[in-house]
Amino acid sequence: MTDTSFDLGPLLPRPFGDRESSFTSLVTPSIVPDPGSAGAGSLHDRIVDGTTVLALRFADGVIVAGDRRATAGNMISRTDMRKVFPADRHSAIAVAGAAGPAMEMARLFATELEHYEKVEGDVLSLDGKANRLAGMVRAHLPMAMQGMVVVPLFAGVDAHTGEPGIHEYDPIGGRYLATRFAVSGSGGIVAAQSIRHRFDPAADLDTAAGVAVTALFDAAEQDSATGGPDLVRRIYPIVAVIDADGYRELDDEAVAALVDVVVEEHRARA
Amino acid sequence: MATPFYVAPEQMMQDRAEYARKGIARGRSLAAVTFDDGVLFVSENPSRLLSKTSEIYDRIAFAAVGKYNEFESLRVAGIRLADVKGYQYAREDVTAKSLATAYSQSLGAIFMGDGKPYEVELLIAQVNGPTTPVELFHILYDGSIVDERDVVAIGGEADAITEHLRTNWEEGADLAGALRLAVAALTTTHDRDVTATDLEVSGLDRTRGRRQFFRLDQEEVASLLANT
Repeated sequence: MTDTSFDLGPLLPRPFGDRESSFTSLVTPSIVPDPGSAGAGSLHDRIVDGTTVLALRFADGVIVAGDRRATAGNMISRTDMRKVFPADRHSAIAVAGAAGPAMEMARLFATELEHYEKVEGDVLSLDGKANRLAGMVRAHLPMAMQGMVVVPLFAGVDAHTGEPGIHEYDPIGGRYLATRFAVSGSGGIVAAQSIRHRFDPAADLDTAAGVAVTALFDAAEQDSATGGPDLVRRIYPIVAVIDADGYRELDDEAVAALVDVVVEEHRARA
Repeated sequence: MATPFYVAPEQMMQDRAEYARKGIARGRSLAAVTFDDGVLFVSENPSRLLSKTSEIYDRIAFAAVGKYNEFESLRVAGIRLADVKGYQYAREDVTAKSLATAYSQSLGAIFMGDGKPYEVELLIAQVNGPTTPVELFHILYDGSIVDERDVVAIGGEADAITEHLRTNWEEGADLAGALRLAVAALTTTHDRDVTATDLEVSGLDRTRGRRQFFRLDQEEVASLLANT
C-alpha cells in the first residue's frame, strides 16, 4: 500500500476482515522494509548502536530512563540520542540496539497504538500493548539474526485499571513481566546491579528518579558504549515518568539537579 | 431473454439522490460551530456508545449523519488513509483537504456504481494556527463537496438549522456560547426539550497538545449549558 492517492476503496474495512484495527497490516511490506532482504555482515562497524535504557517501579507508577550516546563500532556517533519515547498517553517505549531499526520500531509502535485507539474508540490494555510489541520484535528476528538486534523495554500504567507494569523482551520476541525493574542494552548489567542495591518500590518520584540517574551514571563508568551526563554541553539522560496523570518527561533542570547530586557523591568518595 | 427497461440517466440519478436524501432525513441532524479555540460538533444522539464524530488525525476530525454502518466504514478508511500518509511522509502533511477529496471521490464512485448509494453526509474539519480560520468540508452522498465557513449543519433538517446558525453566530464565541448556539439551532426544528443526556458533543481545540480532538462528557455538557 504505497499509493496514498484519492482512492479509499482498498482502505474501506471489509466485514470481519483480516486487518482489524492494526496499522502495521496496512503498511507492510512496502513501507516497512522486508527484513529478509538485509545483509548486514559487512556493515557491522557502521551500524549505529544505542545503548543503556532502564525502567523501574516507584510508589505512583513507573520511571523510564536512557542515556544519550550512540556508537558505531568503536566510535561515538551521537551524543544527543533519544532512546525513550512516549508510546501513547499512558506508556513509554525505550529502545536499545541498532539505532535505525530501533527508532523505527518505536515510531511504528506508537502509530500502531494511536491507530487502534482511534479505530476502536478505546485504548488497549497494558498487556495488549506489550503483546503487540512482542509481535514487532518477533517480526524483526531476521534482521536480528544478521546482527541488527533491537531489544525494547515497555512500561506504563494501564489506562483502565491504573495498574503500572514493566515488560522486558529478548531479541527473539520473548516477553517477560518485570515486577521491580528492567534494563536493556550494553550497559544494562551494570545498571541492573546499581538499581538492585537502591531499589525501593515505595520510593517517591525524586528518590526513584535519583536511582535511575545513578544507574545510568554507573553504567557509563563501566561500559564504553554508554554515555555519562555531558556537563560541558548540558546533555542529560532522558527521564520519563508515567503515573496516574500519564506520560511526562522531567525537564533538563530537574535532571541536571539529580545529576549534580550523583556527581557530588562520587566526587566525595573519589 | 428479457430486454432491460430503458431508464433515462436523469431519472436514474434523481431516484438515487432521492433515496439517499430520504435515508439521511430519517436520522437526527448535526451542527458544527466554530469558536475561539476551534470547532465544536453537536448532535442529538440517543446512543452513548455509537458515536457520529471521531478523531481522524492530530488536527482533523470527522462528523457524519445517516446510516451508521456506512459512515463507520468511511471513518475507519479515513483513519487508515491519514495514518498511512502521516507515517510515510510527516504528520503535518496530513490535511483535511486531501482527506475530504478522497471521501468525495469515494462517495461519488459509490453513487454512480452498481450498488445502492450511501445514505450519509460528512463533515471534515481541520484547525490550524490561531489566526487561520477553521477548515470545514461538507461532503454529500453523491460526492459533491463544499467548503463551509464558520458554521454548518448536516442531516435532514440542515437548511433550517444552518439558517439559524448563520443568523445568530458571532465571531470569537467561547465554548459554552458555541454549545448553546448549536443546541438552540438543533431545537428550532422541533419542540422537544434537549438535555445533556441526549447530546453528543466533541470537537477540535487548537490549544491542546498534539492530538487536538476532544469529547465532552454529560457532566461537562450539562455544566456548560447551565452557565447562562
